[in-house]
Amino acid sequence: MLAFIIKRFVQSLVVMLVVGLIAFVMFRFVGDPVDQMVGLETSIEDRERLREALGLNAPLPMQYWNFISSAAQGDFGTSYQFKRPVAVMLGDRLSATLELALVSAIFALCAGIPMGVFTALYKDSVLTKLFQAVSLVGISLPTFLIGILLIYVFSVQLQWLPSFGRGEVVDIAGWSTGLLTSSGLKALILPAITLGLFQMTLIMRLVRSEMMEILRSDFIKFARARGLTPRAVHFGHALKNTMIPVITITGLQLGSIIAFAIITETVFQWPGIGLMFLQAVQDVDVPIMAAYLLMIAFLFVFINLIVDILYVVVDPRIHIEKA
Amino acid sequence: MSKFGRFLAASALMGAFATSAMAEKSFDYAFQGSLKSLDPYTLRETFTLGILTNVYEGLIKRGPNLEILPGLADSWEVIEPTRWRFHLRKGVKFHNGNDFTAEDVVFSAERLNSEGSDMKGRVPSDATFEIVDDYTVDFILASPNPILHYEWELWSIIDKDWAETNDSVRVTSASDTAETPISMMANGTGPFKITEHTAGVNTKFEANENWWNWENREFNIDKVNFTSISADATRVAALLSGEMDMVYPVPTQDIKRINSSSTLAALTGPELRTIFLGMDQRRDELLNSSVKGKNPFKDIRVRQAFFHAINAEAISSRIMRKQAAPSALMISPFLFDNADQFERLAYDPDKAKALLTEAGYPDGFEIRIDCPNDRYVNDESICQAVAAMMAKVGIKVNVNAQPKAQYFAKILASGGYETSFYLLGWTPGSLDSHNIFANLYGCRDDAGKGGMFNIGGYCNPEVDALAKEILVENDAAKRLDLVTQAYKIVTDEVGYLPLHQQGLAWGVSKDVSVAQRADNVLRFEHITKN
Repeated sequence: MLAFIIKRFVQSLVVMLVVGLIAFVMFRFVGDPVDQMVGLETSIEDRERLREALGLNAPLPMQYWNFISSAAQGDFGTSYQFKRPVAVMLGDRLSATLELALVSAIFALCAGIPMGVFTALYKDSVLTKLFQAVSLVGISLPTFLIGILLIYVFSVQLQWLPSFGRGEVVDIAGWSTGLLTSSGLKALILPAITLGLFQMTLIMRLVRSEMMEILRSDFIKFARARGLTPRAVHFGHALKNTMIPVITITGLQLGSIIAFAIITETVFQWPGIGLMFLQAVQDVDVPIMAAYLLMIAFLFVFINLIVDILYVVVDPRIHIEKA
Repeated sequence: MSKFGRFLAASALMGAFATSAMAEKSFDYAFQGSLKSLDPYTLRETFTLGILTNVYEGLIKRGPNLEILPGLADSWEVIEPTRWRFHLRKGVKFHNGNDFTAEDVVFSAERLNSEGSDMKGRVPSDATFEIVDDYTVDFILASPNPILHYEWELWSIIDKDWAETNDSVRVTSASDTAETPISMMANGTGPFKITEHTAGVNTKFEANENWWNWENREFNIDKVNFTSISADATRVAALLSGEMDMVYPVPTQDIKRINSSSTLAALTGPELRTIFLGMDQRRDELLNSSVKGKNPFKDIRVRQAFFHAINAEAISSRIMRKQAAPSALMISPFLFDNADQFERLAYDPDKAKALLTEAGYPDGFEIRIDCPNDRYVNDESICQAVAAMMAKVGIKVNVNAQPKAQYFAKILASGGYETSFYLLGWTPGSLDSHNIFANLYGCRDDAGKGGMFNIGGYCNPEVDALAKEILVENDAAKRLDLVTQAYKIVTDEVGYLPLHQQGLAWGVSKDVSVAQRADNVLRFEHITKN
């Protein structure tokens, strides 16, 4: 197990180095950071001085090396636009994104699993038809459109929920949370649904098809023959056995929920890291972009590792090959 | 009713009024861009400087129609052509309670021109200062400058003592790697104080009861909350849902939607910014064009033909949905008194074709237009419309629209002026014509020395000479005459193809009244709320 983890760790380092390199090559095409940092009328000499001070005149491999070597020491540089350490800025904004991601993941699971079970058990129910229609919407409509539709209905027409921002937040030991105030909770509803809807439909469809398959398998027949209650059969045996793919997908999707929160955060002006990244792209704030991409790469690598380990825990039939 | 009873009723009524008057009025608004550093010298950008003038003040102030009014300076006079005397307002206090004196003005002027400041030149760098007494300060200039104070509304005066005790004498420059205190907090003399600032997200303001003009204030709001909302649809939704009292800019397609609501109105008007097309008149061969070995734009007939081919009225009414005023000049008529003497070349495709034939291009030619797609109102659509209009006279225009970050990196001096036909918008920072002649019409070399934003490289020494005279002419009538002469030359030579002054569009709740300034600056001191 330890060897496996170490091997995975080395692999992930390589992945992150490559992500960093690709990111750095791409930054060449994003635009000139200096143009975004000074006013239009700033003189060429002042611009040149700034470029030199930022180290933008150094050759690309050199810039990459400088970035990687300081990133290895936990220093992601200073934002061009905000003059603050990027690590601190990511830390400040991370709470907003993680809160949103977790709430939407919980929403996706809590709604997706029961809906999946229900549609698998009662195939001809009207409710099943309704759930499947909803899932079609969730899977086919792009996130930003769902967000705007929700804003239109619940903020503009009904005026029940806010259309942007986080509401009031409370600071607890450096972690700002909107979960403790009523305006914060209200502000969380629409973005969480927007972000979680796709995951919810995915989980629902996954649970449904897995469940239907397992309900046809022999051990379920035997369980029924033993005279177990339908409840024990469905939830004790069938549902438990559908959980493996659900864990995988949920784990991997948690990564993409955080990574793709960009769109939801933009639509709802949610002050998380996704919005910060998007604004950094517009402002050519290279340190933020680089750090964000590395962080997301790390997240995916890390979640993959956790999922692999969870497999072993949940299903003893899976063994990790000896390295 | 007994006397006593009437008295009771009256006092109860008054009490009710008193409590409703005491209730705090807060004004919530959203803008597309964000406020980052609070140091007023870090970034020369109208939004940032404009929002900070609610907190800091300049020696002068501009009113709702951009007229120059006394600010922290009560009055001023030009004693000699190169010596200006400013009489400062007495009894003004900074938010921390310090008195405002001549020392602060000199300190601010020196800080303005110090290393790392993006505001250099707003006070000429070779000017010297003399403190006559605590409330009188002289500016001694190297050469006469009739528009010395034009840009000073957005030059914030900073408290010297406060800056020194808070380690903020040095300007927070673009190359800094740490925040300085002044980039996170503010101490001005203005009608509002900043109570909370999350860079890039939101900023909260509170009325300053010790403001020098508090007794005569026009505003009745106690709090202002600014939020940055970058997505157009979300910003408009925040207004429609009643969460915001005002949002700007409003996309042109949403103006109707806002006006159809019973509680909202779109406030529109022409902005100072002129949108125009520029043509490469410097290279010997155009970039991305089918014409090889020569540059058709060097021929005035081709430039005239392009002008005649463009239907600015159609762009204004169709693309801009009437939120634009077609312009004959590269400056807004607000800023130039003789603007009515100039007219656009008429839209006339036949004439354009004839001119092209005369110039030796009977079958037209092909050229690429470079265009931003996230900088000006409907910028990419304008370029596409131009391409369609040009096609009618045989010119094939390929539209290359890019995000502003890439666009400006390419077409400006730092990118080697990599374009031969482009769309740009320009507001003269000084609100004066000299800025136009210096930046857009001034001859330049390949590195950008001279007219730095003269991307097409138009050059006429006569115009340069006039610009020099305009700069130092103190007599207003003579100066206007020189400016008019210079515009005559550049318009006759078709140095640029001006299109229009784009429109401002603010979405405002009917509960509030605001003053919309043509430079898109929102001053809280003109806001009242029911």
